[in-house]
Amino acid sequence: MPRLDIRKTYKLFVGGAFPRSESGRSYPVLDATGALLAYAAQASRKDLRDAVVAARQAFAGWSAATAYNRGQVLYRVAELMEGRAAQFAAEVAAAEGVRPRRAREIVAAAIDRWVWYAGWSDKVAQVAGAANPVAGPYFNFSVPEPTGVVVTLAPQRCSLLGLVSVLAPVIVTGNTSVIVSSEPHPLPAVALAEVLATSDVPAGVVNVLTGRLAELAPVAAGHMDVNAIDLTGAPAADRPALERAAAGNLKRAFHGDEDWDRPPGTRRLLATLEIKTVWHPVGT
Amino acid sequence: MAKQPGAELAAADGAAWEYAPAPESRDIVTIDSEYGLFVDGEFQPAADGRTFPTVNPASEEHLARVAEAGDADVERAVAAARRAFEQVWRPMPGSERAKYLYRIARVLQERAREFAVLESLDNGKPIRESRDVDVPLAAAHFFYYAGWADKLEHAGFGPDPQPLGVAGQVIPWNFPLLMAAWKLAPALAAGNTCVLKPAETTPLSALLLAQVCQQAELPAGVVNVLTGHGQTGAALVRHPGVDKIAFTGSTEVGKQIAAAAAGSAAKVTLELGGKAANIIFDDAPAEQAIEGIVSGIFFNQGHVCCAGSRLLVQESVADVVLDRLRQRLATLRLGDPLDKNTDIGAINSRQQLDKITQLAAAGEAEGAERWSPPCQLPDRGFWFPPTLFTGVSQSHRIAREEIFGPVLSVLTFRTPEEAVAKANNTPYGLSAGVWTEKGSRILWLAQRLRAGVVWANTYNRFDPASPFGGYQESGYGREGGRHGLAAYLSV
Repeated sequence: MPRLDIRKTYKLFVGGAFPRSESGRSYPVLDATGALLAYAAQASRKDLRDAVVAARQAFAGWSAATAYNRGQVLYRVAELMEGRAAQFAAEVAAAEGVRPRRAREIVAAAIDRWVWYAGWSDKVAQVAGAANPVAGPYFNFSVPEPTGVVVTLAPQRCSLLGLVSVLAPVIVTGNTSVIVSSEPHPLPAVALAEVLATSDVPAGVVNVLTGRLAELAPVAAGHMDVNAIDLTGAPAADRPALERAAAGNLKRAFHGDEDWDRPPGTRRLLATLEIKTVWHPVGT
Repeated sequence: MAKQPGAELAAADGAAWEYAPAPESRDIVTIDSEYGLFVDGEFQPAADGRTFPTVNPASEEHLARVAEAGDADVERAVAAARRAFEQVWRPMPGSERAKYLYRIARVLQERAREFAVLESLDNGKPIRESRDVDVPLAAAHFFYYAGWADKLEHAGFGPDPQPLGVAGQVIPWNFPLLMAAWKLAPALAAGNTCVLKPAETTPLSALLLAQVCQQAELPAGVVNVLTGHGQTGAALVRHPGVDKIAFTGSTEVGKQIAAAAAGSAAKVTLELGGKAANIIFDDAPAEQAIEGIVSGIFFNQGHVCCAGSRLLVQESVADVVLDRLRQRLATLRLGDPLDKNTDIGAINSRQQLDKITQLAAAGEAEGAERWSPPCQLPDRGFWFPPTLFTGVSQSHRIAREEIFGPVLSVLTFRTPEEAVAKANNTPYGLSAGVWTEKGSRILWLAQRLRAGVVWANTYNRFDPASPFGGYQESGYGREGGRHGLAAYLSV
């Protein structure tokens, strides 16, 4: 008699733990043919607020880590994903309905993207910073710093490569993140959360919510302790209202659904950075 | 703020030095009775003929009537800027754009005294500041960005960065000319054309700058100046033909602009309010620190978004610092802005005076202790004495809200960690000051202060090469330096 499969319960990832939604809700996730894949947790507004609290708590430590350390941590994520590439390929194939070969390409690109962004950790300040020749006895320099807690509405279609492409540039510079995953294809995001949980990424640096975008996005956009929001996953028609809500505390709001196979530029890295300028006295 | 030669002696003798009046002559400035809008290279009245007065806040003397731009004027100005962008300014080689900006910088230097006197008349700030800070920095800003105009491909934004188009720029009344320079110079260098809306209480220096644009033979429509109230600014930033919105002003209006721009493709940069901490450690250079506290909050009557309005003094030296600060404040001279010895000029408007008065009253009502030096306020005009609040707690309104006036709230701390926690306890994040002789401590604090500008052993210092702008609710985008170019390029 063949062995009976153990099926996975897909949960949220908040503060390094895997809770179910406090609301007790879940929603069905279908594959490309419309067949049931699994049930995913349907995060509530309270879950989102909890995730922001976790991200805020993690910010002081993560933003103070050395750039070298953050680069190592991100590279480690790539290593762990490489070891589970087959699992990710199966998740992507099931979620997006792509052929196995294409799924493997997507996973490889996602792993490579972690590596690409990992390398930016100790270079972005050299590219985006400056020593400024002011007229006076001061050493004046500008450095980029993480803006704080960033909520990312992940791309809806490209459930793994798109997700990594919007997450890695946020955290590599020291921001902490709350991800609202693709609503129809949330399972690869949960699989990624399982990798993050066993990597060296500190608890709370990345928090992953699955659920209904229309329920979560307005709460995120209006949240007063969120510093920036990536609206990429929101429908274009919803964007004006979300940007209006984001203006309530002057969140840095940006978006851009791209061809995720193409090499990314520095735009997303810079979108969640602040430039700080210091006037240091010179004298004997 | 320069140190007064009599300060120590006055303190030692208990007698203030007498100063003879030293007024700067206002004859150098000719103020017309009426000013039009500067649209498409010409001064013209508003389409509906409306005007409003501008007064000298130090005397309430009427200075001129100025056109009030309405929707039709905004339409015309944006159309003129669009034409100039498409037909003249964008196609022009960067090296030629640069020459126009150099010309403007040179004329600003040549006519510096004229600008300084006009600025002090219309704004109320001391001539010493308009003469030594506002006008030279405005000229320096044009010089700095002129040099970028033909080097944009080397600025680190890719091989061929492009201008955005028409910039709608709304500026405040605290540094009227300097803010115009901060807005126009990088925009023009990057190849954009501009519609500038100066504040309703201080339109004159922007209009004189428009005359300078004519004098420099800047092509028509490249710079347009629309005078008016908030409605004019609102119409400008909501205009669909505006590709770039740049605003300096209150956080409240900044949020309205960000909300209004929601869903539009226009790029927005906002330079808004602040509630900066000026942190004094027990090893700070004492004389310098006292001067730094004074220039941090009393420079420009405290009408400075990055003003050091929260003084954080290490507990062990708090009494000494406050004693010396009170002595120093007693030597500040408040009065005629055109007098070269004046330290504190007039509050810019009755409306602003009311706001300061109200917040200061709230400080007393909430239990803080209020102190001002003996200070004779002139009979006419808008005035507020330098004011110090001690016994301030972090929950007081005067520790949380931007007063935008000569009012300093004093708090204390024991450890560097506590200083950082208190300094960062604000939704703003524009600037901060640190006073200590220890270099490693300066950098330790600079890493932890959530603010766009950190001054160490100095305060309120500006330079065109130095990026300026805020974290959090102090806005986004930078002005100045290479980073200031990014605000006006499609990057």
